[in-house]
Amino acid sequence: MNTLEQTTEEILNLAATHFKVPREQLSPSDDFFKKLGINSLQALDLLTRIEQHFRIELPDYELQGVTDFRTLAERIQSRL
Amino acid sequence: MLDLRHYNCLGEALRAALDRWPDEVCLIEADRDRENARITYRQFEQAALPLARALQNAGFQSGSRAAIIMTNQSKWLISAYAIFYAGGVLVPLDYKLPAGEQLQLLAHSKAEVLIVEYHLWRAIMQTDNFKVLAARLVLVTEAPPGADLAGAKRWENFHDSRPPIFVPCKRRDPACIVYSSGTGGRPKGCVLTHENYLEQCRALTALYPFSPGVRYLSILPTNHAIDFMVGFIGPFTCGATVVHLRTLRPEYIREAFTRYRITYMTVVPMLLKVLERGLRQRFDELPRGRRRVLRALIGINRAFTRRRPKLKLSRKLLGQVHKGFGGELRALFVGGAFTEPSTLQFFYDLGIPVGNGYGCTEAGTVITLNDFRPFRADTVGKPLPGIEVNILDPDAEGVGEVAVRGNTVMSHYLDDPEMTAETIVDGWLRTGDLGRIDKSGHLQLLGRKKNMIVTEEGKNVYPEDIEAAFEGITAKEFCVFAANYLWPERTMVGEQLVLVVHPEPAPPASAPNAEEAAPDAFAASESPESPEPDAPAAPAIASEVAAEIEARNRRLINYKRISGYLVWDRDFPRTASMKIKRLDLAEQIRKDRGRHHVVYL
Repeated sequence: MNTLEQTTEEILNLAATHFKVPREQLSPSDDFFKKLGINSLQALDLLTRIEQHFRIELPDYELQGVTDFRTLAERIQSRL
Repeated sequence: MLDLRHYNCLGEALRAALDRWPDEVCLIEADRDRENARITYRQFEQAALPLARALQNAGFQSGSRAAIIMTNQSKWLISAYAIFYAGGVLVPLDYKLPAGEQLQLLAHSKAEVLIVEYHLWRAIMQTDNFKVLAARLVLVTEAPPGADLAGAKRWENFHDSRPPIFVPCKRRDPACIVYSSGTGGRPKGCVLTHENYLEQCRALTALYPFSPGVRYLSILPTNHAIDFMVGFIGPFTCGATVVHLRTLRPEYIREAFTRYRITYMTVVPMLLKVLERGLRQRFDELPRGRRRVLRALIGINRAFTRRRPKLKLSRKLLGQVHKGFGGELRALFVGGAFTEPSTLQFFYDLGIPVGNGYGCTEAGTVITLNDFRPFRADTVGKPLPGIEVNILDPDAEGVGEVAVRGNTVMSHYLDDPEMTAETIVDGWLRTGDLGRIDKSGHLQLLGRKKNMIVTEEGKNVYPEDIEAAFEGITAKEFCVFAANYLWPERTMVGEQLVLVVHPEPAPPASAPNAEEAAPDAFAASESPESPEPDAPAAPAIASEVAAEIEARNRRLINYKRISGYLVWDRDFPRTASMKIKRLDLAEQIRKDRGRHHVVYL
């Protein structure tokens, strides 16, 4: 099973690819709304990508109150 | 559809609907590409009545209050009907609110019963102030086996097969307590009566008829006034079907359109824009020849639908586009925030009318709505039948505060006679929005009188509510304003929040550093656009303070964030009890500083 660090890294890679941002510009503590310049619907898009990658299903509410990659990774990790 | 003039309360009207269309499907519950449930009006009743009886067994009676905190799903509506059947008052709470705020509203509403989804209950149980929960009965849906529910009961096991007693209510009795966004921790519980809902529903379904076979896609939260009306009371009293989709992801929404051949759906402006962007992208990707043909067809459709929509013709001309929406879409509704006219026009030209309206919870959802006769992208339509709209103290251009009167206007704010008296004056509800009524009776919105913003997602944000996030920053004092409140502009899109900071007096030696540290602020103060070149330069704040502001801002949920800060070097005007005189401060700022003085984050 992935460690939290690995999960975080994979999420950062997915976000960078999906939103066409250089990977080195993203870090775990980044606020993804601000850093990627996205709205809540686009953040749900990212959630779909994450689901496909980890082959899990994530309800929309897993994003509720989450703004940074690390917390998102923690939520994903608890479902792996 | 039922003739709602003959009913006194929602329970009575819904009961008649369940009786009249027993075999029609009332609810479809879908999750992504799966269908979880499909139930008829008879099955709905069979699920709700045992719950109503069990509630009555537990002492729930006429006037008792029950709150629901759930995402859109069948158990939400089943529970609501059980509450109305037993003569109760429903308190629909926003499932997206942080659990701490949900607890505050629960306490304010004095709800005796709480019905909540398991994942939301888990969040409530983990809050620091969990012990303040006063509800004496909590019913939790979808709890996994063996889960610790802290004394709550499982919704699925809470029933009694003996028939419940139907408890009728009077038209003027409260039906719901709906919380609109509060200010400074002061909850605004709008008490809406059965009459408010019945009359609103009558007016809306006269304009947009629902009937058996009509399918409404419900994606706005059911706790929101719009979905409660258009995604529950409206379709149910007409024998129509509500499709619940348990995700807001655009790809699944698009799929649901075609799978369920949706007739109506309500969206917020942000989603409408996402749909627009998707369509424009698809059009751009077409080979040049097909793109030209499409453009020509759109032009023909526009010419033929100038006076009113012609759905059959539009579906023939632009079949491929309509197929993508399931082929039976009659209209989209947009609400919750202001929508740009260009987006409305884009859809109308494709033969997809967007019912653009204007409303607020206090007025029982909708005040004005576009009737498409003809379509007007530049207005929010005409007042609904039975609703009067007045413009208070209009200026030379006829612009003033929009006031509303009619039988859909709420009774009062719960336990707040002072705020009620400020809001409803001589029978007129003051909306705080600015507008004018044109010669054809259409309302145009042109800004706000009140200090607040509404985001594209339809979220109302009051500056006072987010000030707590900046508590403790290194500053003498601070205050948050809506930028349009400080510098009025006749627009309701792209609204922003600005933090006004009065810095701590800096020791003389540190002044040059401050200049170095915050070059943006100085650049702004020297802007050539400055209306007063001789005015003293705007002061700056130290980079550490700017960083502090930025860090605090990040802690806020995205739509509540400030866009920038403005440095103000004078003491804020205050009342004897040291409260900031916001109006006076805003006037001073307006006089001495412009938008270009804002340092954007």
